[in-house]
Amino acid sequence: MSTLETKPATKQEVLHEYILRLADDRLILGQRLSEWTGFGPELEEDLAMANIALDMIGHASSLYEYAAELSGEEDRDDDYYAYFRDDTDFKNLKICELPIGDFGFTIARQFLFSSFSYFLYEQLKDSEDEQFAGIIKKHLKEIKYHLRHSREWVLRLGDGTEESHQKIQTAFDDIWMYTGELFDMDDVDKMAVKHGIGADSSGFHNDWKELVVNTMEEATLKVPDFNQYMQEGGRRGFHTEYLGHLLAQMQFLRRSYPDGEWK
Amino acid sequence: MNEVKSISKSQIWSWLKEVTDPEIPVLNVVEMGIVRNIEIDDDTVVVKITPTYSGCPAMNAIEMDINKKLRDKGLSDFKVKTDFSETWTTDWMTDEAKRKLKEYGIAPPEPTEPEKDFLSTLVAKQKIVPCPHCDSLNTKLQSQFGSTACKAQYFCNDCDQPFEHFKCI
Repeated sequence: MSTLETKPATKQEVLHEYILRLADDRLILGQRLSEWTGFGPELEEDLAMANIALDMIGHASSLYEYAAELSGEEDRDDDYYAYFRDDTDFKNLKICELPIGDFGFTIARQFLFSSFSYFLYEQLKDSEDEQFAGIIKKHLKEIKYHLRHSREWVLRLGDGTEESHQKIQTAFDDIWMYTGELFDMDDVDKMAVKHGIGADSSGFHNDWKELVVNTMEEATLKVPDFNQYMQEGGRRGFHTEYLGHLLAQMQFLRRSYPDGEWK
Repeated sequence: MNEVKSISKSQIWSWLKEVTDPEIPVLNVVEMGIVRNIEIDDDTVVVKITPTYSGCPAMNAIEMDINKKLRDKGLSDFKVKTDFSETWTTDWMTDEAKRKLKEYGIAPPEPTEPEKDFLSTLVAKQKIVPCPHCDSLNTKLQSQFGSTACKAQYFCNDCDQPFEHFKCI
């Protein structure tokens, strides 16, 4: 199913597409983060990242389930969206699919994404669609834990040793061009705002910048240029080379045994 | 088979009290506040449950256990639905549940505080969590994340024991 050319029209179709994007972000980043399980730099961090990965996949799952309901298609469930779509069907932001890199890279990404999610969800919790708003409120409580966690690590690594400082600075420099896409507003976003179900990200762009700048400065890090060249395309199904590999690993078992069940 | 018409809600509530949390077996799903509502319309029973933590793998098991319990009790026309209309909070745990948690060795959640401005609390202030083993207040947080999504890791400086705290959300 390619949805590249399909433009959603009704309120229900817009909501379906809007929710899928949020879910795709969380599934893909949750899957990436889970790669740390068993390899964390220390036991507490291993557990923390496994926990956060599990939360994110849980967030994706409840959003997919609602999307399945909205799709009107029988027999659709969260597994359908996670396992039986191809790379161009996924609408996640590119920042979510990049390889885990080192611990500094993981922390920089978690911080940028969690802080974005926090401001976004603060808006979405007042969505006119009650079921959507209920799901968002649930997730928001957990996102606050994620934001605290990654922010504390940005401070500790940035203001830590020479090596930790240099590694997380490099991470922010490398990932910066993937932050522009967080705030791009395309037709789906605009229609979602018009229907009262989505959020206008320009409304919290400055709040997000302020939190990012304050945290990085407190961590003695240099803030890269917000106006530099930025990547885009994830929301249209154009991805980096990394997504296909991630999907291959995540989907192969389910696709090899499509009707397999735990016994 | 039990006819739905002949069954009362209170009967169903008491059956559900026999379903325990697979990860904290001393607690049942009613006293944890997971079962929100039971409705009987016409000839179908609808049990509404709400997730504790989104990533909690126990939720699937809990849903299956509720299904199994009701089937074992002879009920056939029922649905278990996940409901997000209210957000689960540890405040819904009964005092009895909190007492059982402590006895089990897990520091229970304290009542939640109304949140003022989250961004001003980004530097989490250290809460004092009493040790469930020796009641000492001389404890320290080791990690906000523990063996399950709902628990944080603490250490008691007096009895030298690590312990888990059920996070309050």
